[in-house]
Amino acid sequence: MGAAVETVDRTAFVDWLQRIGDSALILGHRVSEWCGHSPALEEDIALANQALDLIGQCQLWLGLAAEVEGKGRTADQMAYLRDVAAFRNALLVERPNGDFGQTLMRQFLFDAWHIELLRALRSSLDPRVAEIAAKAEKEVAYHLERSAELVIRLGDGTAESHERMERALALLFPYTGELFMDDDVDRAVAAAGIGPLPSSLKPAWEQTVRAVLAEATLTWPGEVYQHKGGKKGVHSEYLGYILAEMQFLQRAYPGATW
Amino acid sequence: MYAQIVKSEGAKSRDEMSPEEIAFQERIDRGEKIEPKEWMPEGYRKTLVRQIGQHAHSEIVGQLPEGNWITRAPTLERKAILLAKVQDEAGHGLYLYSAAETLGVSRDELLERLHSGNMKYSSIFNYPTLNWADMGAVGWLVDGAAIMNQVPLQRTSYGPYSRAMIRICKEESFHQRQGYDIMMKMCAGTPEQKAMAQDALNRFWYPSLMMFGPSDKDSVHSAQSMAWKIKINTNDELRQKFVDQTVPQAQYLGLTIPDENLAWNEEKGGWDFSEPDWSEFFEVIAGNGPCNAERLGARVKAWDDGAWFREGLMAHAEKAEAARRAAVVAAE
Amino acid sequence: MSSEWPLWEIFIRGQHGLNHRHVGSLHAPDAEMAIRNARDVYTRRNEGVSIWVVRSNDITASSPSEKGPLFEPSNSKVYRHPTFFDIPEEIGHM
Repeated sequence: MGAAVETVDRTAFVDWLQRIGDSALILGHRVSEWCGHSPALEEDIALANQALDLIGQCQLWLGLAAEVEGKGRTADQMAYLRDVAAFRNALLVERPNGDFGQTLMRQFLFDAWHIELLRALRSSLDPRVAEIAAKAEKEVAYHLERSAELVIRLGDGTAESHERMERALALLFPYTGELFMDDDVDRAVAAAGIGPLPSSLKPAWEQTVRAVLAEATLTWPGEVYQHKGGKKGVHSEYLGYILAEMQFLQRAYPGATW
Repeated sequence: MYAQIVKSEGAKSRDEMSPEEIAFQERIDRGEKIEPKEWMPEGYRKTLVRQIGQHAHSEIVGQLPEGNWITRAPTLERKAILLAKVQDEAGHGLYLYSAAETLGVSRDELLERLHSGNMKYSSIFNYPTLNWADMGAVGWLVDGAAIMNQVPLQRTSYGPYSRAMIRICKEESFHQRQGYDIMMKMCAGTPEQKAMAQDALNRFWYPSLMMFGPSDKDSVHSAQSMAWKIKINTNDELRQKFVDQTVPQAQYLGLTIPDENLAWNEEKGGWDFSEPDWSEFFEVIAGNGPCNAERLGARVKAWDDGAWFREGLMAHAEKAEAARRAAVVAAE
Repeated sequence: MSSEWPLWEIFIRGQHGLNHRHVGSLHAPDAEMAIRNARDVYTRRNEGVSIWVVRSNDITASSPSEKGPLFEPSNSKVYRHPTFFDIPEEIGHM
């Protein structure tokens, strides 16, 4: 472990790891809701692969968060025994699946950010972070290719698919700003050389998103109001229901092993 | 099994067969595989479409009862395993639809027949999954019963079906084990967990026995299918084999099979057991099972809601293709 | 409705440097998506390093009725097989 990592505020580091891990967990949860209900068998299978990747990543990030925290918790305990206010995922990933277009648009907007984050984390001064990022980056590069291709095709498909994708973009774009807002946690982690400042990821993200939207004949929404709060534990009402479902067994039968 | 009630004609005697049919039957008897574009009796083709179609439908409807617990799986690892397993079922449906498509029927046509109720899927998937141990019971019993049927079907006479079954069997080997693994955990757990496991076995035992279909003692359909090697064992043979395999596994778990008549029969070297309630089976097949409406409803909704998506992608592909052609013309 | 995605045949080259092998088929709107779908459907267990996709309609297959003329003549060219030639044992492996 580098000296920088030893100097970073541990609470901030844990918080920051949870932001990444929780976003993977909640998005994986949302995507897995499609299993058996997708518009084509091939999509059903592809989405399950994505959800599996995200769940796998969340195990690594939350596992590391628990390790850094040093209170003997496990990734499972992090996932199953924290309440809404302790979750640090972005608001974007807890948005409901909506129609398939909304699911894909949410995925695309997230993937385009996720890939930039992971690329930046390859040079993290914490080797554990760099290692997880290197593994996740390959998975997410594929997620982005797939979601971008589908957004392009549906944007430039039929009149109906175009209209649905415009609507999806309008619905979800206001939840992207939070991904790039810097706060004290981000600054502490960046100062220690562990991770990038979120704001530094914006230009590359914007370039990707603009290019894909243009090819999809969709309109870049420009400056619109941006919601925030997830990173600090102030969530939408949706998260409570996600956790009620996800944590049901662990809460109803405390201490049981499964 | 996954194709419990496939109707075909009774087996023809040699005198009733045309020369082509005789040659065809001889090929099957020699163990040759029949391949897509080769001549085959219309009855063979139709029976296969029905059987493979039912099997495929069972795989994708079969995603639903287990999919029901993906978002509630109790650990991250269990969640990933369950998701991977349910995903495999989608894959198996896909392989089987592909096999059926080689017989001149498209996947969309088969799906339309499922959605309109003209084609069936296995009765087992019309039962609800009510507690987490059901994920164990489904893997252990339902996949166990399915494997029993699918392993011999790897030798079925129709090449594409046989190859699909080989791939499916290979992939499915972990499914039953993961189910039994859940049961072991539950049975070694708290009293509540053990009770869930027993409850799951109670509810899934008879529906699992029904998976093999009604007794084929009086069935004229089986004879022709067996002559064609579309069906390899009788329903009763497989059911007996399943019970013999499962009883010791239940004993190991410390669970009680819900059958007062269950008894070892030294003479036949197998277990005697009670028949399931066949009137219930026929009600479930007829649409009156506990979850028929939900299961079919979910499939129809997925299909209908997804129409714009499938059409959108197709429209884009056509546009792109037209643009490519125009570019070629312009270049010339 | 003619919105049914066309059928594609999928060929995958595995880890061991062998030729691409037919593994099955799937539906996709176009070639790029066929490759993506093939990756998701047919390499779930780390089966491949390269994927080819071909529209099923574009495949020309030999006709089953020609099986005899196409394949039986090679039956008689036994000298194409190494076991046709007797090599004395003392020569060793050849």
